[in-house]
Amino acid sequence: MQNNCAIQMCSITKRFGQVVANDGINLEIRRGEILSLLGENGSGKTTLMNMLAGIYQPDEGEILADGKPIAIRSPKDAYSYGIGMIHQHYKLVDVFTAAQNIVLGLNDEKLDLKTINSKVKRICDRYSFAIAPERKIYDMSVSQKQTVEIVKVLYRGADILILDEPTAVLTPQETEKLFVVLRAMKEDGKAVVIITHKLNEVMELSDEVAVLRKGKYIGRVRTSETNPQQLTDMMVGHSVVLNIDRPEYSDPFPRLTVEDLTCVDHEGVTKLDHVSFTAMGGEILGVAGIAGSGQKELLESITGLYPVKEGSVRFFEENGCETELIGKTPMQIRRTGVGMAFVPEDRLGMGLVGSMGMTGNMMLRSWRSGKGLFLNKKSPEHLAKKVWNDLEVVTPSTSFPVRRMSGGNVQKVLVGREIASRPRILMTAYPVRGLDINTSYTIYNLLTEQKMGGVAVVFVGEDLDVMLELCDRILVLCGGKVSGIVDARNATKEQIGLMMTSVGQRRASDDE
Amino acid sequence: MSSLIALLVASVTFGTVLMYGTLGEILTEKSGNLNLGVEGIMYMGGAFGLAGAFTYEKAVGVAASNGFVAIVIAVVTAFAAGAIASLIYGFITITLRANQNVTGLALTIFGTGVGQFTGEFMRVREGGYVALSNHLKGAFTFQIFPSFLRDIPVIGRILFSHNAFFYIAIALAVAMHFFFQKTKTGMYLRSVGESPSTADAAGINITKYKYLATIIGGGISAIGGMVYITTTAGCVWNHEGLSGVGWLAVALVIFCMWRPLNAIWGSILFGALMIMYLRVRVAFIPTEIYKILPYIVTVVVLVFSSMRNNKEKQPPASLGVNYFREER
Repeated sequence: MQNNCAIQMCSITKRFGQVVANDGINLEIRRGEILSLLGENGSGKTTLMNMLAGIYQPDEGEILADGKPIAIRSPKDAYSYGIGMIHQHYKLVDVFTAAQNIVLGLNDEKLDLKTINSKVKRICDRYSFAIAPERKIYDMSVSQKQTVEIVKVLYRGADILILDEPTAVLTPQETEKLFVVLRAMKEDGKAVVIITHKLNEVMELSDEVAVLRKGKYIGRVRTSETNPQQLTDMMVGHSVVLNIDRPEYSDPFPRLTVEDLTCVDHEGVTKLDHVSFTAMGGEILGVAGIAGSGQKELLESITGLYPVKEGSVRFFEENGCETELIGKTPMQIRRTGVGMAFVPEDRLGMGLVGSMGMTGNMMLRSWRSGKGLFLNKKSPEHLAKKVWNDLEVVTPSTSFPVRRMSGGNVQKVLVGREIASRPRILMTAYPVRGLDINTSYTIYNLLTEQKMGGVAVVFVGEDLDVMLELCDRILVLCGGKVSGIVDARNATKEQIGLMMTSVGQRRASDDE
Repeated sequence: MSSLIALLVASVTFGTVLMYGTLGEILTEKSGNLNLGVEGIMYMGGAFGLAGAFTYEKAVGVAASNGFVAIVIAVVTAFAAGAIASLIYGFITITLRANQNVTGLALTIFGTGVGQFTGEFMRVREGGYVALSNHLKGAFTFQIFPSFLRDIPVIGRILFSHNAFFYIAIALAVAMHFFFQKTKTGMYLRSVGESPSTADAAGINITKYKYLATIIGGGISAIGGMVYITTTAGCVWNHEGLSGVGWLAVALVIFCMWRPLNAIWGSILFGALMIMYLRVRVAFIPTEIYKILPYIVTVVVLVFSSMRNNKEKQPPASLGVNYFREER
């Protein structure tokens, strides 16, 4: 019906080994329209678009440009068809200047800064970007890097733009700016595709939404005729309730008391400054703060990973016995039988071994239990299978390297393992970062389940809306100090936001 | 004073060997390939370079042999030996994507073996001694500048008393600096070494750049081995003179922070450190201590450069990592 159709993908299939990443997908990209490609992690959104960008080759199916079949064998081919993709992990050379990055690989272009600059300036003026062409990439903020990426793609004359999770690392203000640009591009008759799993962005920005689920094409709807609930249902395949259940544990009791905890890093900067709080069993204690306010140091010093200058962390048994944790190594802490589980922020760096499968990673917690020389592989294997089934981890087998799973599945493996150790304190740092709605809610439910089992849960998070719904109390950190602890049931986002930027006056009410 | 000048001149002679090894490895590493086979490559360069010149001399006879032709043949055979060795390395790491460290170490063992075999084979066949005639030896160590320049006090010996290989190495270093910093091809090569996925997405042929840089780099390194045999070792096959030189070149690449211009003074400094035990002897310090000086200096430089955390003074970001477009 349209003659504004730029690209048609016809029954595209792509396999990686045994995993079918895309299964017979049909998609049409039109000029003058913003299309959202929505789907959970691992649903094949990025894979599908990578085939347009020339990174992957489809195993089956056909791509048509303006009605004619084309073969995109390399990123260079993609540019020749006017397709430009801005990848989630920016493809920029850090030690080059913005201008060098922009002209990289353009053979007919002379390395003449004047011409480049004037052409770059024209693009910048058109969409009111501000970039310094002489600036090195490593000196730039994330959003500036993204701007360079966009300019790079436009410089190459792309009129079909694909953006993979462009807002994941941007602040709300930067996101707003980006959307203005994308709308301006649409007005220019360019085709824009954004890959995302954030529903509010889909609703705000796009004209149409195409939904993928587990590598299959589910459907396409006009944004004006849909709502977040319908999209979520399409994405997940079954109805998902978009609010978090917060039951109350009947009898919370003090589990962990932190007093005057102070940490100084190797450069002499105070990371934690006399932090005091009590984590209760049967409660989720949120920890909020601007990134780098001491969240990481707080969790790591409690788990024995970070050197502590002064202060105490005491663990209380049910019978009232207490154990001091400061000064103990993680192994010693484990031997005391405290039962502490830690889900670190850096999942593949601190939490799991990327090249090992699920079984091997389960074994990291139990390798000492093997008798004699040999490892006991049976029980980790059993546990791996249990986590695989219970948490619906998508992986071909328990020996498949976790590094090659999608972020959500990696997190499920990690959380699954930690919960399986039946902890009495569960500490999590940004457990839903980079995860889609469905997995996020799975994680929230798991945490709530743990809380109802009497576990003291510490939840370091960044999304205040979620924290207000999920947590019982929220501790707010500001520059390594506790600026207050609020009751999540009647606190507001604005109140916490204010506490995040200034140490509150309510210091006296901290210790309840 | 004169002993200091003598030390400097001797440092330059040995430094020239290192400079070729280092410049070749810098070129290779700029493409993101860490070729630890330099040691083997330089051995092969030494053996085949000598073999080339020696065969030439035998073929045309000592009287009819031309020094210039002998040098060209030595350079070409050494380069070819290094290029073929690097081609093997390239095929295994670039096309088959095997681990670069393991492959490099294997190449060191392989190249050392091949070089030793070739050299010893010649030696045995020639009755225990393989050497070029004095006529050709003179050609290899010929001081290219006229005597009035060499006779300038102090400066003359320091600047103008060296053989052609030294000046060619300097020219090569300057040319490589210009290539990396000012040409488009050089910039593309650097982008391949820094971020292959970026270069790939920009339409640069990664495989071509990696192969060419590795092969040409290996060839240049091999010339270093040839220069050692034909200058320092006096055109005589010497089966242990080259041992450790390739590793020194690898260390020098780090010392130079992957910059060709630094390789000029870095090589001469390392050359000085290497021969100090012959020239500046302090009675109670064993020579072995002198011999480890270059490595100690490298470690110290590494410590300081990593502490500084300067983005510009880092190895190519993808060094040692193979690239596969469809990697997930």
